[in-house]
Amino acid sequence: MTGVDTERTIAVTVNGVPREATVPVRRLLSDALRHDLGLTGTHVGCEHGVCGACTVIVDGDPVRSCLMLAVQVDGSSVRTVEGLARDDHQGGQVLHPVQEAFRECHALQCGFCTPGFLMTIAAGLESRDNAQEISEEEVDELVGGNLCRCTGYANIKKAVRHAATAMKDDA
Amino acid sequence: MTTKLFGEPVRRREDQRLITGKGRYLDDIGPNALAAAFVRSPHAHARIVDIDVDAALEVEGLVAIYTYEDLTGPMAEPLPVLIPHPQMHAPRTGFPLANGEVNHVGEPIVMVVATDRYVAEDACDRILVTYEELPVVVGVDVARAATAAVHEEIPDNVAARHHQETGDVEPALAASPRTLSFTQYIERSACMPMEGKGVHARWDSDDRSLRVYTSTQASTSVRAAIAAKLDLSLDKVEVIAPDVGGGFGVKIVHPWPEELLVPMAAIALGQEVKWAEDRREHFIGSAHERQQRQEITVGYDDDGRITALDVHIWHDNGAYTPYGIIVPIVTATQLVGPYVIPVYRVVVESVFTNTVIVTPYRGAGRPQGCYAMERTMDRIADDLGLDRALVRERNLIQTDQFPYDHHLTFQDGRPVIYDSGDYPGLLDKLRTLVGWSEADRLRAEAATRGKLLGVGMAMYVEGTGPGPYEGGHVQVLGSGKVLVSTGLTSQGQGHETAFAQIVASELGVPIEDVEVTTGDTRRFGYAVGTFASRAAVMSGNAIALAARGVREKALRIAADVLEAAPEDLEIDEGLVQVKGVPGTSIPLRTVAVLSNPLRYAFDEAAKQATQFARAGSDDKPPVAEGDAPGLEHRDYYSPIRSTFASGAHAAIVEIDPATWEIDVVKYAVVHDCGNVVNPMIVEGQVHGGVAQGVGGALYERMAYDADGQLQNASFMDFLMPYASEVPDIDIDHQQTPSPLNPLGIKGAGEAGVIPGTAAIASAIEDAVGRRITSMPISPTELYDLVRNPTAERTAAAERRSENGVLA
Repeated sequence: MTGVDTERTIAVTVNGVPREATVPVRRLLSDALRHDLGLTGTHVGCEHGVCGACTVIVDGDPVRSCLMLAVQVDGSSVRTVEGLARDDHQGGQVLHPVQEAFRECHALQCGFCTPGFLMTIAAGLESRDNAQEISEEEVDELVGGNLCRCTGYANIKKAVRHAATAMKDDA
Repeated sequence: MTTKLFGEPVRRREDQRLITGKGRYLDDIGPNALAAAFVRSPHAHARIVDIDVDAALEVEGLVAIYTYEDLTGPMAEPLPVLIPHPQMHAPRTGFPLANGEVNHVGEPIVMVVATDRYVAEDACDRILVTYEELPVVVGVDVARAATAAVHEEIPDNVAARHHQETGDVEPALAASPRTLSFTQYIERSACMPMEGKGVHARWDSDDRSLRVYTSTQASTSVRAAIAAKLDLSLDKVEVIAPDVGGGFGVKIVHPWPEELLVPMAAIALGQEVKWAEDRREHFIGSAHERQQRQEITVGYDDDGRITALDVHIWHDNGAYTPYGIIVPIVTATQLVGPYVIPVYRVVVESVFTNTVIVTPYRGAGRPQGCYAMERTMDRIADDLGLDRALVRERNLIQTDQFPYDHHLTFQDGRPVIYDSGDYPGLLDKLRTLVGWSEADRLRAEAATRGKLLGVGMAMYVEGTGPGPYEGGHVQVLGSGKVLVSTGLTSQGQGHETAFAQIVASELGVPIEDVEVTTGDTRRFGYAVGTFASRAAVMSGNAIALAARGVREKALRIAADVLEAAPEDLEIDEGLVQVKGVPGTSIPLRTVAVLSNPLRYAFDEAAKQATQFARAGSDDKPPVAEGDAPGLEHRDYYSPIRSTFASGAHAAIVEIDPATWEIDVVKYAVVHDCGNVVNPMIVEGQVHGGVAQGVGGALYERMAYDADGQLQNASFMDFLMPYASEVPDIDIDHQQTPSPLNPLGIKGAGEAGVIPGTAAIASAIEDAVGRRITSMPISPTELYDLVRNPTAERTAAAERRSENGVLA
């Protein structure tokens, strides 16, 4: 029919790997990551930018991938939950301190919102020179834009503090 | 023993995949599947005059369009009434696709299948449905007035009149030294899991078998429903709940229309088909809960002891009743809480409205029952000028009164007999935890900051772990790996961890060797489902029994090899050994190999079990009579009745009289769910429940207008709590083991949400001195209430102002 599905080929670095995808121009970034690139770790909770489950890091900043079109990241660098852990060069992975903290502090239950929290918190802590000095108010602020229906947030906030401390130890 | 993990805060085994993006939720499955989308009714009540699909046929990528006319056989019949009840005289269910009439906004009318979801929605947009609008019924009061009918043939809109009584309430009220009557309301909210519903179906046309993944809380029953509706033999249908992104009750309902239509299309088209619910669909096309009008009359003496209680509730069940009257029954029977109610009568009229169906949402009628009972306690205390905690204390069932029979019939058709508890203990702990005696000092201190402070409390008893049964299967492999399965599903409760802890403890194996599978009919075909705080009680105990069966068999086989008596053996760290004789042992994995006499050796371990390697009597068969090969056992747990958990919550609120913003500054929880498998997980469940309780008390409601349009069907307008809305929670535990089950456990899943609305209403009332009769309450509503000169002031407020204290 109609030609609304005009396609565009985009080049984007995802988790450090250059990728190319041919996507309809109306494709949301969240859908492109999930369905075109097979990175289903990014979850879609509301598709109107409120819940934060789809948060990924684009050129260093956390963004809601359901509010961006895939064509907008042409030439950009995208980091998703699949790229959060580091390769240990022995066939395994070293979890990011935020991932470790989520497990240690029982900061997830069903796990659906978790990738969005992880990316939001990782971006927030990594962008600070002094992650370990994060205040209670800053912790609240950091996680205050993502919805979780399972945990009541107490353990998520605990995990942020735990991760912040671990990032200090790493440094 | 090092393997005794029961009761330990073991870190969750499911987390590794979930924190690395390797979870497998419904929409992660079948990347090449066709996509389904639905045309849903924009009207709350209408006749469908015409469906014109012509314009949609031009959409490139369209594969199929289905309307009611395409449904045949059982699919053309109404959806099942899942839980029939003799007091539900007029049950109604919808069709998988609307059959000539729609009864709520969001009801599915047309299913479109296309190459992807974008295209499917393009086609949906081009389908023209012509409607003839009908009068709309929204809210219990409108339904009760019956000026219009949701279902033409039910003019009074009443689906069921549920009635229970424990004595003759009218004379008991007449004989009571004091009585009071009042009416109160509670609004709708919804489960709102972060992942909506979703279904993926794959038909193997050669094998003529169907595999369905669905984001459900009841995979075995979805399987049975699909087989029945699509005329398939049960053995040709597999249903699997993958990782499920939250449930809270909405996913216990089944079969959802989509759970039947997507497999139907997959079979018809011979291709994989998938539907993933979007958020707006979830708001208007799934289920809500909670709305009730409660009329309460209570008789009591001058000390505040209740003598009789008469409750009449109107319960909004929405457009249809697929889940029967479970929510009304739970409200009716759990209302009595931890109290002695000498004579009790309850009538719940369940009424139809032109809104989304009402089915269990975490708490499932208990928050409403708790709200009714606890606000009654507050009223009595206020009338008598007594401390609210003292009035509760005087009415509590005492610890020497167990088992305590309320002479009511619970949601499982079994008597409401409390198995164990220590309610005075809960109340004592709560008073200490929240600092109840400090309330006046805190109020005065807040007043110096210009804030109104109030404290409130609520207690509850929760029937958990209802039957009929769950099962468990435990199998030790020759590798030493222990496979565990149960039919019920998981939605974030950490079952893989908790059940592994149980098996590791029962069997004496390292937890690392245990692998748990839930909700997969390929592994376990018999199950009921995950609801009513029952997973740990039901499957936990079934799995424990299965593990004990394996242990017994392992000891029997090992005894033969070690030439010892089974009772002299123990299993520790996966090694069967003679007690007190180190070195005389055999690995459990070897026992597993020996348990299966072999003709063929397929690996080194298997050689030990082959026919020329194994010693044994020539006079006995290799597999003894009545025995079976393999080190495995299947067992079931079927309780005589539910086990009753309990708890008490208190809230301290501060209200800013400039903005009337309500801030919960302290929230205290005392919780008793019997023996605890994993305290970290239980505490997480409490946290999450409290967050939903706070949401239900202060923020969440379904804002239907009079035309049945849901005005806030998005996360922008439906105010689910963020971190900023959830108070810090102080928790104290009490453990009163259940005598009903082998592990002594009671359910914990729903507890956190139950008393939230009651406790916060109590605290707000305490702060502002105005009677709170409708929840949730917003700052605007509170402002209007306080400014309304006719709003009822509490007697406590009058007494305080006599003493010169504000509010």
